Order: sequence, then C-alpha cells, then structure tokens
Amino acid sequence: MVSFITNLINGLSLGSIYAIIAIGYTMVYGIAKMLNFAHGDVIMVGAFAAYTIISTMGLPTPVGILAAIVCCTLLGIAIEKIAYRPLRNAGSPLAVLITAIGVSYFLQNGAMLIFGSDTKMFSSVVPLQTLSVGPFLIPGTTIVSILTSVILVSVLQIFINKTRPGQAMLACAQDRAAASLMGISVNNTITLTFAIGSAMAAVAGVLLCSAYPALSPTTGAMPGIKAFVAAVFGGIGSVPGAMVGGLLLGVIEILSRAYISTQLSDAIVFAVLIVVLLVKPTGLFGKVIQEKV
Amino acid sequence: MALLKVTELSVNYGVIPALRGVSFEVNEGEIIALIGANGAGKTTTLHTVTGLIPSAAGRIEFMGKDITKVPAHKIVSMGMAHVPEGRHVFPDMTVYQNLLLGAYTVKEAGKRDSILKEVYEHFPRLKERERQLAGTLSGGEQQMLAMGRALMSDPRIILMDEPSMGLSPIYVNEIFSIIEKVSKAGKTVLLVEQNARKALTIADRAYVLETGKITMEGAADDLLHDDSIRKAYLGE
Ligand SMILES: Nc1ncnc2c1ncn2[C@@H]1O[C@H](COP(=O)(O)OP(=O)(O)O)[C@@H](O)[C@H]1O
Ligand SMILES: [Mg+2]
Repeated sequence: MVSFITNLINGLSLGSIYAIIAIGYTMVYGIAKMLNFAHGDVIMVGAFAAYTIISTMGLPTPVGILAAIVCCTLLGIAIEKIAYRPLRNAGSPLAVLITAIGVSYFLQNGAMLIFGSDTKMFSSVVPLQTLSVGPFLIPGTTIVSILTSVILVSVLQIFINKTRPGQAMLACAQDRAAASLMGISVNNTITLTFAIGSAMAAVAGVLLCSAYPALSPTTGAMPGIKAFVAAVFGGIGSVPGAMVGGLLLGVIEILSRAYISTQLSDAIVFAVLIVVLLVKPTGLFGKVIQEKV
Repeated sequence: MALLKVTELSVNYGVIPALRGVSFEVNEGEIIALIGANGAGKTTTLHTVTGLIPSAAGRIEFMGKDITKVPAHKIVSMGMAHVPEGRHVFPDMTVYQNLLLGAYTVKEAGKRDSILKEVYEHFPRLKERERQLAGTLSGGEQQMLAMGRALMSDPRIILMDEPSMGLSPIYVNEIFSIIEKVSKAGKTVLLVEQNARKALTIADRAYVLETGKITMEGAADDLLHDDSIRKAYLGE
C-alpha cells in the first residue's frame, strides 16, 4: 500500500510536468489550429539554457530558470513568425505539419551542434530535500512539480477568462474571422499563444531535468510526444483536458512501470490512448468538432 | 463627401473573378441596400471592404481615408462594424461575453457600459439571455446578438450581410424594424439582402449586383417599382 501511494505521488509528479507541456500543445492547437510537433524540443532548449547558465557559467539557479523562460519565449515567438506564419493562409495543413517536424529536427540538430550529443548531468534546481510524511518519502522535485503545475494552470485560467488578451485567445479559438471583425489581431494572438506555451515548456524542461537529470538534444522528444498524447487524451484544444490528460498519463506510466513492465510502460501509455479514442474519439473533455460552413 | 466610397473594386478567388469593377457610395445617415442573387458577390464585397480578403484592384475610402489595404482588425476602431453572413457569434461564450468582445476596441469601461445599455435597449431579449451561451440561442436571437455585438464598437457605419437569412417571418420583421431603429439612432447602414422587397422598403438607395458587377442603382422606391427588378428579385 505504501509503495502504491508513493508510486501514485510520483505519477502525479511526472503527470504534472506532462500537463504543463500538454497545455502548450493544446493551446496552440486550439488557437492556431496546428500541431506544433517542435513543442517537445522547446523543452530541451529550456533545459539547456538553464544548464548553461547554472552549471557551465555558475550563475545562481533563479537566473538560470529565468533565462530558460526568456529563451524559450523568444524561441516560440521566432518559430511562429519565421516558420509557421508564412504558411498560415497557404491552405495546406500538411505543409504546416511537415514544417513543424522540420523545426523539431532543426532544434535537435542545433542543440547537438552547440552542446554535442553526449548526455549531460542536469543538477536539480529544486533545493528541497526529500520529505518524509509518515511512511512516505516524497522527493522535493515531486512537491515542486505538482505545486508549479497547479499554480501555472490557475494563473493561466485566470488570464484566459479575465483578461482582454485572454478573451482574444478564446475568440480566435472559436472563430478567427469573427475575432478579427472585433478588432482582434489574429496574428498577434497566435504569437502570444506560442509565447505562453513556450514559456511553460521552459518550466517543464527545468522540472523534468530536475526529476530525471539526463539532458541531451533528444530529451524533449519523448515527453513531447507523451504530452501530445495527453492533450489528445483530454480532448485537444481543452486546457482542463490537457491538465487531466497529463496527470492521468503520468500516473499510468509510473504505475505500469512499477507493476507491469518497465519496457512496456510507454507502449501501455499509447495503448490507453487508443482505447480512449475508440470509446470517445474527441477525448475526455473534447467537444464534437464543428465543421464551419 | 461620401462616408464610404468604393471605386472600381475587383476581387478574385484564385483565378476566378468574383467582383469586376464594383463602385458604390454610402453617405452618412443612409440605409443602402445591396441586393443580388445568390453568388452575385455581395458577401465578397463586404469582406473586401472590411479587409477580410484582399482586393485585386480598386480603391476603398472610408471617411476620406484610403482603407484598401488596411487589415480587418484595424478597420473596427476606425468606426466600421460588420455583421457577417451566418452570424458568427462565439458559440461557447455567453451573450454578455460576446457583447464585451464587440467592444474590444473600446478601452474606456464607462463608455463600454453606456453602449451596452443602449444595445440592451435595442435588444431587450439579449439582456434576458445575458448569461446564456451564444451557441444555445435560436437563430433569430443569434442574429440579434451579432448585430448587438457589432454595435458595441460604437461604429459610424454598420455592414450587415443577410441578417434575415433563415429566420422565421416574425423574426424577419423584428430584425428589419431594429435595423430602422439603429439607423434612426444615427448609424449609417449598408445592408446586403436576398430579401429584396424588405430591404428596398427600408433603404434610401440601392445597388443591384449581378455576377460581380453593379447593373443598376437608384432610389430604393424607384427600384421597388422597376419592372425588371420586380421580375428578377421580387418574384412578380
Ligand atoms: N472562398 C471562396 N473561394 C472561391 N470562390 C468563392 C469563395 N467565396 C465565394 N466564392 C465565389 O464567388 C462568387 C461570389 O460569392 P459571394 O460573394 O459569396 O456571393 P453572395 O454573397 O452574393 O451570395 C460566387 O461565385 C462564389 O462561388
Ligand atoms: Mg453572401
């Protein structure tokens, strides 16, 4: 029982990191109507930025975290403006998808060029020691990951529902033409979405590497795919869906690793997705996609 | 000087021309009807005027300023609102949130509140449904919301694309009487309609659009009694 609950807590911790990544995925999908397959690699860039500042340059941890956020935000804006915007009205969703995959390779190979392909040891940014609560041992990163995701999601919900740019994002997600008729710049709103999603990816990258300290240019790939799965799982386009999807995915992954098979845990995660999509094709929180007339 | 002046406007979809040298004028305070059959280019005209689609040639002037290349999101704050065909309300937002988005360009909260009051006077039903999701409204109510939302930007001119489309006769009458009220309240109206009879009844002047060209223009009363119009658009 004790080990089960410990596993559950670890699952929630990993899941909350997936959730932070998945929210970026789902927001970009909801508003820009595209799958940004380079999103996972932004996580890796964030982790490398923090690594460079903290481990290589020896500057204080908060500076490293801040640098990661700033770096990823700018990167997200640049990717959107340079790679995706020119294709926005070109018509073919396939062109955008291929470009996203290209951006993903570009980031991975760019990182390989700068940092080499060997794995770096990322030193945790979490100063908290492992906490023992009754019979449970809870690592500091676990607590910080869960807290961070709860705070980020809450702030994001307030931002989306209570601020002007947030309402502009909702409007663009529902009807771009109508949004521009309201005086909303769709381009700026999409850029803002990329900026927010990428800033969150930076946080996720730092947390992920604090929990699993091996950092290499492909570090972001698998968590990126899993976060995508989490977003689809929760209903792509839905922020609460991404949150729940991320948490569930983390729990499923850790529990199957503990009780079924370490090798098969990823396969189980994807199998669960397939089952969910068979039963509910729009995901847990997804709506039936309305065809525009 | 005309409030809105469109000169020799041409628009293509790919290689297919949709508008071929369309010219018309709207003066302050007028209700102008733009009538024409399905596919004539009415929606294309409005889309181009508000910058949703680019023009191939021609010029659009609003209050003396060339707005031909101004993108849609910058047109609103200049004083032009567009009620699109098919209403395009934000379905997952409440009536109130839709209206607030209509006032996206109005930065002063006080002004926003006073416009909202006016809009609720025009559309008491919207006030009753304030907290309801727009997607759950009836077609007529959605049309009212789309019109109210456009009014929320406090425009000089309001462009309406087939506001009566798909509505029951009772709603059609209500919508047209609201258009007249809006006009009396000082708004200039450019009204696109397939319901030519209704449109010509409330309009001051009208233009007839046929396959991308203006083929006739004149006082709405004259067109209402013109034989060719009666045959082609009034079903007589
Ligand atoms: N997005 C589009 N792509 C290609 N052709 C279009 C598009 N929209 C309209 N058209 C064509 O342009 C012409 C004018 O259409 P439209 O402006 O919608 O007419 P109306 O509003 O008068 O019914 C029609 O022949 C229509 O088929
Ligand atoms: Mg039309």
